[in-house]
Amino acid sequence: MSDVLVVSEHRRGELREVSREAITAGRELADARGGDLHVAVIGGDVDAFADDLNRSGVDAVHTVANGEEFDHNVYQTAVSALLDETDAGIVVIPNSVNGLDYAPAVAEEHDLPLVTDAIGFEYEDGLTVTREMYGSKVETTVDVDGDRFVLTVRGGEWAPAEGVGDAPVESAEVDLPESGARVTGFEEVAGGDVDISEADVLVSVGRGIEEEENLAVVEELADALGATLSASRPIVDNGWLPKNRQVGQSGKVVTPDVYIAVGISGAVQHVAGMKGSDTIVAINTDPNAPIFDIADYGIVGDLFDVVPELVDEFA
Amino acid sequence: MKVLVTVKEVAEPDDDFAIEGTDIAASDLEYDLNEWDDYAVEAAVQLSEAGVADEVVAVTVGPERAEETIRMALAKGADRAVRVWDDAFEAGFSDVAAKVTTFEAVVEAEEPDLVLGGVQAADTGFGATGVALAERIGFEHAAVVNDLEIDDDAGVAHVHRELEGGVEELTDVDLPAVLTVQTGLNEPRYASLRGIRQAQRKEIDAKDLADLGLSAADVESALAITSMYEPESESDAEIIEGDAGESASRLAEVLREKGVSA
Repeated sequence: MSDVLVVSEHRRGELREVSREAITAGRELADARGGDLHVAVIGGDVDAFADDLNRSGVDAVHTVANGEEFDHNVYQTAVSALLDETDAGIVVIPNSVNGLDYAPAVAEEHDLPLVTDAIGFEYEDGLTVTREMYGSKVETTVDVDGDRFVLTVRGGEWAPAEGVGDAPVESAEVDLPESGARVTGFEEVAGGDVDISEADVLVSVGRGIEEEENLAVVEELADALGATLSASRPIVDNGWLPKNRQVGQSGKVVTPDVYIAVGISGAVQHVAGMKGSDTIVAINTDPNAPIFDIADYGIVGDLFDVVPELVDEFA
Repeated sequence: MKVLVTVKEVAEPDDDFAIEGTDIAASDLEYDLNEWDDYAVEAAVQLSEAGVADEVVAVTVGPERAEETIRMALAKGADRAVRVWDDAFEAGFSDVAAKVTTFEAVVEAEEPDLVLGGVQAADTGFGATGVALAERIGFEHAAVVNDLEIDDDAGVAHVHRELEGGVEELTDVDLPAVLTVQTGLNEPRYASLRGIRQAQRKEIDAKDLADLGLSAADVESALAITSMYEPESESDAEIIEGDAGESASRLAEVLREKGVSA
């Protein structure tokens, strides 16, 4: 039970980066436990993916060729089969939308403790996971009772596994139950007239704007700076701006020269979409807002006072 | 059909807060209906208004204080509510399996055709209860749903799952099912004054574990929070001081240096 099983993730023909990061996390756990590291590749072009994931430190790659895209029944059934087949007692899964669509079911099926969204861990006598709470305002350490568990790991927290490995690649056969959930297609929802990922300067607005009619305040700033207007999730959820303006994990990833975050607290899902910007400016009333952790310049103040003054500076 | 909506009263820290032991000081926390669950309640009430749902039952695991929150769900249109609490939950942090065991017992009593809940709770952010519950009770499931259409005759939920990067997956899920609801699925209503008045007369059935045929051992947690701390700020931001005019003037200077101009 000292082995570790890492489940990789791909979408529309591409491996997702978090797969190689999960391998790094899995290797750390396998080292701490003195066990082997198994990597599962489920669905899609399994041979190509297996090749890409055969990195230093991987002891075995298991392929399950079934379907092109993610299907939570296939993933759950394949992981269960691999848990039976191998000596793995630890499962590491990317903390993604698809990861969270089957990891809890795997944990439940095998009666294993589950910790999601890990940003770090230590393993001595047992597992201690570091994760955030209260919308990234605090970090906690969580002790897990037992030496078998399911862990989902946040993207961007572990370095992607490197090197070329020579692990054997084995094809696993899995009997699939008839699925009661069927994927019928995909839809791109962030298209349209504006591509915020092309902009050199973005003025990005968040919850701090409070009301839809206040959007004029930031629209004026964008005009004054020759910038494009973007937004964090709540603004789009409220229907105040279209989906193609959304920066973040479920929206667009942007890397402008200058990113001006106005009334955005900086939740991790938002930061994932803009941390690569060259210069980040944050205007927020809360001095503890996580946006200041990644900002280059910050103003702790009321956007309704600061932004009109800034517009005047460029008038 | 009958719809069960799982709701949670979540704690939100004030801008300034202190940590006491392994949690934020109670005096620095405000309580509210979990944002994701608000969308789940709205989805359920819309199904009721469309004649698809015959009854909407809200269920929460929470102390007496949580009645205020679950009454919000009633004021928005849920027909009645179940609140489960027990001394056993005071012992510490409940893991996913403990919550699932509790909800499983409620599902057995209520026999819903559809269970809706938020993707995650704003405070703990596990994002796992709905999918684990589906596995336990033998329902189908879909996580992170941001579009929902129920075909009751066919017994299918047509959903969109919101993937990363502006892509949605279109999936047909057989009923009965558990769906976890993403923000943006709909526009949650504000409770009307009439709704709030009516909610005062609606039933909140308070149950402890024994009422559900469970004991403290059934909800024992495999997880324990052992420390909580404010993350070290990695900020090397230049904080621009001064009143609004002064700070705007300095920021304008910085922006011009970076080549920003209309």
